[in-house]
Amino acid sequence: MLSIFGLTKLYTSAEGPVEVLKGIDLQLRSGESLALTGESGSGKSTLLHLAGGLDRPDAGTINLNGNEVTNLDDKQRAGYRRYQVGMIFQQFNLVPSLDVASNISFHARLAGRHDPLWQEQLVEALGLSSLLTRYPEQLSGGQQQRVAIGRTLAAKPSLVLADEPTGNLDEATGDKVLDLMLLLTRSAGLALLMVTHSTRLADRLDRKVILRGGKIVA
Amino acid sequence: MSGIAFRALISHWRRKPLQAATLILGVALATSLWTGVQAINAEARASYARAASVLEQNDLTQLIPREGAVIPIATYARLRRDGWPVSPVIEGEYRVETIRLQLIGIDPLTAPPGTGVSSVGSAKDLVDFISGKGQLTVSPTTARALQGKVDIALNVSDNLPDNAAFSDISVADRLLQRKGSVTRLVVSPGPEISAAALSAVAPELQIREAGEQPDVGRLTDSFHLNLTAFGFLSFIVGLFIVYAATGLSLEQRRATFRTVRAVGVSLRSLVAMLIFELTLFALASGVIGVVAGYFLATALMPGVASSLQGLYGATVPGFVTLRPEWWVSGLAIAMIGTAMASANNFVQIWRMPILVAAQAHAWARMSIFALRAQAMVGAALLCLAAILIEVGSGLIAGFAVLGCLLLGCALLLPAVLSLVLGLIARRSAGPLTKWFWADTRLQMPGLSMALMALLLALSANIGVGTMVSSFRTTFLGWLDQRLAAELYVTARDETEASRLRQWLPGHVKAVLPIWNVEGQVLGQSLQIFGVSDDATYRDEWPVLVGTDDVWEEVKAGRGALINEQLWRGKKLFVGQTLALPNGLNVVIAGVYSDYGNPAGQVIIGIKTLERYFPEVSKLRYGLRVDPMQQEAVRNLLVHNFGLPATSIVDQAALKRQSRAVFEQTFLVTGALNVLTLAVAGFAMFSSLLTLSTVRLPQLAPVWAMGLRRRDLAIAELARTLALWTATFVAAIPVGLALAWVLLAIINVEAFGWRLPMQIFPLDWLRLGAIALLAALVSMAIPVWRLATLSPAQLLTVFANER
Repeated sequence: MLSIFGLTKLYTSAEGPVEVLKGIDLQLRSGESLALTGESGSGKSTLLHLAGGLDRPDAGTINLNGNEVTNLDDKQRAGYRRYQVGMIFQQFNLVPSLDVASNISFHARLAGRHDPLWQEQLVEALGLSSLLTRYPEQLSGGQQQRVAIGRTLAAKPSLVLADEPTGNLDEATGDKVLDLMLLLTRSAGLALLMVTHSTRLADRLDRKVILRGGKIVA
Repeated sequence: MSGIAFRALISHWRRKPLQAATLILGVALATSLWTGVQAINAEARASYARAASVLEQNDLTQLIPREGAVIPIATYARLRRDGWPVSPVIEGEYRVETIRLQLIGIDPLTAPPGTGVSSVGSAKDLVDFISGKGQLTVSPTTARALQGKVDIALNVSDNLPDNAAFSDISVADRLLQRKGSVTRLVVSPGPEISAAALSAVAPELQIREAGEQPDVGRLTDSFHLNLTAFGFLSFIVGLFIVYAATGLSLEQRRATFRTVRAVGVSLRSLVAMLIFELTLFALASGVIGVVAGYFLATALMPGVASSLQGLYGATVPGFVTLRPEWWVSGLAIAMIGTAMASANNFVQIWRMPILVAAQAHAWARMSIFALRAQAMVGAALLCLAAILIEVGSGLIAGFAVLGCLLLGCALLLPAVLSLVLGLIARRSAGPLTKWFWADTRLQMPGLSMALMALLLALSANIGVGTMVSSFRTTFLGWLDQRLAAELYVTARDETEASRLRQWLPGHVKAVLPIWNVEGQVLGQSLQIFGVSDDATYRDEWPVLVGTDDVWEEVKAGRGALINEQLWRGKKLFVGQTLALPNGLNVVIAGVYSDYGNPAGQVIIGIKTLERYFPEVSKLRYGLRVDPMQQEAVRNLLVHNFGLPATSIVDQAALKRQSRAVFEQTFLVTGALNVLTLAVAGFAMFSSLLTLSTVRLPQLAPVWAMGLRRRDLAIAELARTLALWTATFVAAIPVGLALAWVLLAIINVEAFGWRLPMQIFPLDWLRLGAIALLAALVSMAIPVWRLATLSPAQLLTVFANER
């Protein structure tokens, strides 16, 4: 489903160009979950951003469901983000002007895949039924992250990309959120690529790879 | 205060030069418009005071007639014999071709020291002043205008205002044909004189105490109040800019504050440093503001001088002198303004826990509670305006209504817009439209200051524009009525006038004498005109109210017409008996509109005028001629009769002149309107620029979900345009309400006449187009920034360590 070959990314710093990713190869199948772990600066988030079409690689290819992502223009990349992938961030990044219900349905409606029944099930499963009319600023961190997960899953993307989704939550809340995420992605047959620092959390996913210095070391 | 800590704080501005420029420009704009207007007012008031002191001897006690316009010479002689230290003054209008001179004749032998012209100091000066044909002492400008036109020697004095002349009393008596009567008596400084003592000697006189405000000062108060109101409006709009700039700069430096405090700087020291920093900004901006204010005042002063001349007949110089007190007051207002605009932000800094992360976007928010509280204050101000309309009176109450109305509407605007946007967002079906409206609503608090400033500027433009356009339309119609005669002729002297009276009836359809005298009526000096019995008046004269047989009553000598300002000012009514000078009693038969004239006016029959005021000057005539014959009659008057061409003015030229004076009169108002709008545009620009720096976290998630940066930029453009449009639509009713207050309250209080209000939607469209252009300019940089954001910048939003 997701095939990444020879992915390379350079950033320019004061000391000159820095190679953040050095020829990454990675495969992910439908319904499979994969944890990306590694130290800070190892390139985890960069890999996630490239896979999500948020940034362009300097070399290598990304292929999702047989479609090449790396050569897409700006408009096509926007379409890729809208229809193919869903992202969950550590900072939640909810739309502050919309209430919980509108935030959850937002991406699905943009993608033209709004399914009220599926959304209702998600809301129920995420325990957000009583919070639908609230705004992001009125929610706790755990609640906001559940809304972010709901927003991504409601759009039924082929690939869910999660960047430290529990990083801002306490351990107990983080565990609950991860349980939900895994349960829902598995039940919907979605692929999950999750960046995490935590070995404990990484062990709960189907597979894990370790990045160091821009390379997969395990 | 630690120098290192202070350097760390101000290093912020090195990284944010545009923010620094916004802050400086905001304070400078607020200061410049305020000080510019204050400078104009100060210059004009100084000029009135100087004129009052020189021309009217305003610093001396004077004796004036209780009734009538003159004091018989016998009364003066009686007072002198009784030992009263009085000196006679003759005053009147003396025409030299088209020049109107305020001629003041004094008796240099009895006049108190310092009265009149300082140049009559030496014995030789005195001899020149009083001997032979005498001399006229005038300003340099007036001397240039009179050169070659008078056969009296001219003496130039820098102390005199233009279009005024001093002469010996005998010269004034001869030129003004007063035949021994004087206008007023000046009392030499000394023991106070009592009204009782005066009534024993001369009961027909009354005392005018020294230092009473000159008439022109009172008359022009409304004009200066108007300018001050505009200056204040711009000052407030400028403060909105300062508020936005300081608020953001403090919020963006929260992390720096945290660090500075963590290394041992107390909160008190931190706030002291920030106050010091802002004081430096205020001083630097104040200097720029004062200099800009001087140039602004210099640019506007000729227009102001024309306005004052056109509206009130007040002469002020068309230039501004840079005074030291300007610097002091300008810098003070810059400091006060900055303090006012930053106070709330400082209170927040003082109260908020310093060890919380910076939330620049939170700064741009306003709690629902604050929005409601603001709306409630706005509603209360509107209620106060309504109460003032019912119970208030006077010019100050009129301006209070204006202030309450404008401020009330401005404070209500954010809450109303927020409500409307919330409703639209709820009714929107599509995800993008729903997000668009909801996000627009979210921007409201951050933009509310700029939107309020915009509402003030737009409604002031619509209100003042409606007032001026209503005035223009009414004035032009009124001109057509008042200037019905095709030609206007002025004889150079009575001999020529007498010949004209003989010659004209055989050459024109009708001769309309324009004769008038000045006299005291109901305690004020006004003009009394005589009109002949002619169909022109019956058909054309702009009578507002009157009896059915108003012209018959005037012709018979029983009735009189009065102008609107006298009618309103003295609360007179049709049918009331009016006592005119020289024992003439008439019944008010009608009221006519008389725009642009500051003084009261009475019209009586021409025969009555001649009988009761035999000294009336009979030099001016309006001529009704067949338009086809107009040029022929003019030629006859010049070539056969021997009148100079400058003595004949045709109707079209007179109307052209009147229109030119009218347009010039409102040039200053127009300029201030444009400046206020420009400041509001800049306020919007600075707010959008500020918001663009805190918008990333709100926009990045939408981008991540599949919207292009171009789409975001278009949405941002549409959002700002929607808010501008909404504010513009809101400004129309507010502007019309403002126009109503100006026309129905302020004008009546200030000028004594009321104009019918007329609506000019095309003017709104023009203003809307200008506002749209300003909107596009104000959002150009912020939207361009958004459209050209690199993905890397957007990605910083998703970085885990921000």
